[in-house]
Amino acid sequence: MSIAQRFVSMEYGPAPEDPKEALTWLDAHKRKFSHFINGEWQSPQPAEYFDSNDPSNGELLAKIAQGSAADVDAAVKAARAALPAWQKLTPHIRARYLYAIARQVQKHSRRLAVLETIDNGKPIRESRDIDIPLVARHFYHHAGWAQVLDQEFHGYTACGVVGQIIPWNFPMLMLAWKIAPALAAGNTVVLKPAEFTPITALAFAEICQEIGLPKGVVNIITGDGRTGEALVKHPEVDKIAFTGSTEVGRAIRKATADSPKKLSLELGGKSPFVIFDDADLDSAVEGLVDGIWFNQGQVCCAGSRLLMQESIAEALVAKIRARMENLRVGSPLDKAIDIGAIVAPVQLDRIKRLVEQGVSEGATCSQPSYALPAKGLYFPPTLLTNVHPSSTVAQEEIFGPVLAAMTFRTLKEAVELANNTAYGLAASVWSENINVALQVAAQIKAGVVWVNSTNMFDAACGFGGYRESGYGREGGREGMLEYLQPAWFKDAPKVKPSPAAKNDELPADGNEGEPSIDRTVKLYIGGKQARPDSGYSMAVRAADGTLLGEAPLGNRKDIRNAVEAARKAEGWAKTAAHGKAQVLYYIAENLSQRRDEITSRLARVVGAKQAVAEVDLSIQRVFSYAAWADKFDGRVHNPPGRNVTLAMHEAIGTIAILCPTEAPLLGFISLALPAIAMGNTIVAVPSEAYPLIVGDLYQVFDTSDLPGGVVNIVTGRPTELLKTLAEHDDIDAIWCFRDEAASAQVKALSIGNLKQVWTNDGRAFDWFTTAQGEGHLFLEHAIQVKNIWVPYGE
Amino acid sequence: MAVRQNATRDEALSVASKPPQKESSSVHHTNNSLIPNKGMPLNLDLIDEIEINTSAVERRAASLVTRRTVKKEWQAAWLLRAITCMDLTTLSGDDTHERVLRLCAKARRPLQQHLVDQLGIKELDIKVAAVCVYHNFVETAVTALEGTGINVAAVSTGFPAGLSPLAERVGEVRRSVEAGAQEIDIVITRAHVFGGEWQALYDEVATFKEACGKAHMKAILGTGDLLTLRNVARASVVAMMAGSDFIKTSTGKETVNATLPVGIVMARAIREYFRHTGMMVGFKPAGGIRTAKQSLEWLAMMKEELGTPWLNADLFRFGASGMLADIERQLEHFATGRYSADYRHPIA
Repeated sequence: MSIAQRFVSMEYGPAPEDPKEALTWLDAHKRKFSHFINGEWQSPQPAEYFDSNDPSNGELLAKIAQGSAADVDAAVKAARAALPAWQKLTPHIRARYLYAIARQVQKHSRRLAVLETIDNGKPIRESRDIDIPLVARHFYHHAGWAQVLDQEFHGYTACGVVGQIIPWNFPMLMLAWKIAPALAAGNTVVLKPAEFTPITALAFAEICQEIGLPKGVVNIITGDGRTGEALVKHPEVDKIAFTGSTEVGRAIRKATADSPKKLSLELGGKSPFVIFDDADLDSAVEGLVDGIWFNQGQVCCAGSRLLMQESIAEALVAKIRARMENLRVGSPLDKAIDIGAIVAPVQLDRIKRLVEQGVSEGATCSQPSYALPAKGLYFPPTLLTNVHPSSTVAQEEIFGPVLAAMTFRTLKEAVELANNTAYGLAASVWSENINVALQVAAQIKAGVVWVNSTNMFDAACGFGGYRESGYGREGGREGMLEYLQPAWFKDAPKVKPSPAAKNDELPADGNEGEPSIDRTVKLYIGGKQARPDSGYSMAVRAADGTLLGEAPLGNRKDIRNAVEAARKAEGWAKTAAHGKAQVLYYIAENLSQRRDEITSRLARVVGAKQAVAEVDLSIQRVFSYAAWADKFDGRVHNPPGRNVTLAMHEAIGTIAILCPTEAPLLGFISLALPAIAMGNTIVAVPSEAYPLIVGDLYQVFDTSDLPGGVVNIVTGRPTELLKTLAEHDDIDAIWCFRDEAASAQVKALSIGNLKQVWTNDGRAFDWFTTAQGEGHLFLEHAIQVKNIWVPYGE
Repeated sequence: MAVRQNATRDEALSVASKPPQKESSSVHHTNNSLIPNKGMPLNLDLIDEIEINTSAVERRAASLVTRRTVKKEWQAAWLLRAITCMDLTTLSGDDTHERVLRLCAKARRPLQQHLVDQLGIKELDIKVAAVCVYHNFVETAVTALEGTGINVAAVSTGFPAGLSPLAERVGEVRRSVEAGAQEIDIVITRAHVFGGEWQALYDEVATFKEACGKAHMKAILGTGDLLTLRNVARASVVAMMAGSDFIKTSTGKETVNATLPVGIVMARAIREYFRHTGMMVGFKPAGGIRTAKQSLEWLAMMKEELGTPWLNADLFRFGASGMLADIERQLEHFATGRYSADYRHPIA
């Protein structure tokens, strides 16, 4: 074709990135990679390898080691061996290593970008302009956290050896999100990249060598799901961090249930992309390009559910169709394409199957008119209209360039539809009215909300989901906390079976000889005293065995009722912080008034000395959380660009609390109060040692203006109630402070809705100290951070 | 820009990316193909409905230039296209007849013969679209360009501020048309935009259009003065309703001239206007466009936001002077493989 013909056609023509340097690098490694263990390349045992291919043309890139359990063991041992020396380094020295990694990533940025693109299929524009720059940014940011670790996280220590498993959609970026905070906090790492995309992780291993990172601090082990499973189950691993599918996330939660492994999960999503009638529609359409047509739609936070206000739906759909016609699908190494190749045949099949299913369920499928490349794994940008909330394509994560569009009428309906999902990772809201945008942002249950924008990331701003999108955050301060734990925790004693009997003098109770008026203690549900569904009561005995009274024997139906009541009381979260503080102070006031009678009753179980301490400390602790109620605030981040990111502290929702046995009253207060101070509603099961406490507590709550349903108390046998609570899909978090077996049980049973789990791993907290019994640790578990990105400027 | 009503014309929207072909296959771009915009009555609803999110438009501009690029033969072809879309301009206080003659000579032969030969593009007869001058030099330019198919454009209406009495501004248009200018670049009264005086703005532009007669009218919005993209979008729509054949960013005299975000907003306004009326209005970024690379970015923006038909001189112009020299250097590099120097190319 002549220049004259090109002058007439004004087509773009090919603009290939030259992969020569990257291929030379692969050749230098003889296109065969071993594991990176203890700073060295170690062949897999047995010598099993698999292929990593270029999805755009099917060509073999390299042979990759298949990690066996023995390989994983070697890597974990190397990480364990490296741990003491790594932790002994000053934070400043660790910061230097992280800084060196950031610099080295920048120095080799193009090689890394090209490797990423040929291994994954993503457009070179994205790997070059987005993925790799964000990798460098993440290491810089965390070099900073390493530097200020002692000041900012005083009293915390690293988890130890961290096992990390990352997905194939952003291979190197997810590696950075995992490794940077782990190292900054002083952990050592065994990381397993996804089997489809292991190459940049191996390139990263070489960077670790180049900068002289101490051997064993970072170990990279490749392989498929079996390798990941071996890592998850390895007893010497202290924490698992996983990004990937919700299905595998569940399996990992279950597999780690009977261990004290800390766990963070970043899972799937079906994120809403909400467009109001006063939005800049053309810009919103570009937002979709950056949302669902970014990385072929293989993005956990992709705006895959389009919610359009009815009045603009028709115009918007027309604009989207026209825009799809202009998207260019082609070779990922072409600098002028928008959509590259799908990572693997299995993924392409899944996308095709789900789109077919969508159409068979009545959806209208729009795709651009142009042809796809003949060779390679490609799928066109796709818009599905006539989709309804009940459609499969509106519920299931497709993980492809497929947008499912629905309409709404009002703001309220938009929020309802946006939240009508088991996921809660991200959302995008488009409106030129700041009142509308921020109200919707506040109401959508998602860890990240982008106002008039989408898919913006920064190392300083936490990322992570609500609900089945996982728990834990990556990035920012909250991301660092995932790799730290209170320094005292590892040495805390195991929980004792039941409080030791004490034989203190008991204060006189009523007139001897005459029968006192019977006092029937009931359950406390929805602000009312309720008889147990079972119609049974259980005996409560004093330390010396005498019968103190009878407590209702709650069952699963009582739990059901309590959860319903707690859910109905969610308005509590919207109560102004000052208002919550007022109620909490009032609780302290009323507790104080009943100090003597509560003490005397409690003393019969735990002894006078402990009873006095429990009641007095409880009053103080309520005061503490009344104080915290309006002080434990979010942050404002300043990511690059003209932008504020509001890191809001939001209540988690309804929290189930299994109270500790060792301090029946103080344990209850120490857990219930931070939960309600942060706006949660709770269903608490008091210790069976003294469930009669409920009778005192509800009188206190009733007289303190605490709205009904904020605190619900069900007495009974904790081991039975635990099961119903852990399995309940309308509970957002469960806290278990009982023995080791209970911790394991709660973790294993929580996988239904992947509720957030916080347990003591069977270790006793010293509730009588401020260091272990109150403060940030509790507050941080009582909130989740929602990052709302608000670009501004006219 | 949001349009909440009359949004049912699905086909019109999809056409925005593929409008009817009108002589776009022709390699010659002369004034013959300039089709007038008939305008429409002022519709204030369309103004009210305009929504522009500045940050989002800026992100679009930033990502657009990284999403599209042309290389090798395609780049050469695109750069040639940029030349054919140029309004080669001189608007200085020290302009003289001789200076204008020199510019016209360059307009006729923008590329050295050896480059034309090496690129094999003799048949394209590459020349710029128009020469843009002050009224005083219209006759000089018309004479110099006679028979070339290159138009003469006159900046008018009290350029660049546009604040002389209306009668004088209208008279100026008439005189330039009488002198032979085929294109008139008018400036709007920016105050009308600040005050939201859309009727006044509409009347002003419509008056100029009437004075232009058969001459093609480009309305300069002075986007650097308008400050917000929202204002740019509103002024664009009013100017088109009032019959502007082109909308143009700047006089080149404002502190901020043609920027890509402004271009995107104006291109989208053109798209909406086309959707409503079926009439294709042209776009002219002017000021601050100096490099070959910029010319490619602007062409890519037009192709992406409006489609290939808007890559022709009848619907797209660059207001530039220095850009040509850089394009020549890049074409020389393409032809020879060696980097060139400014002084090796004849100046305009």
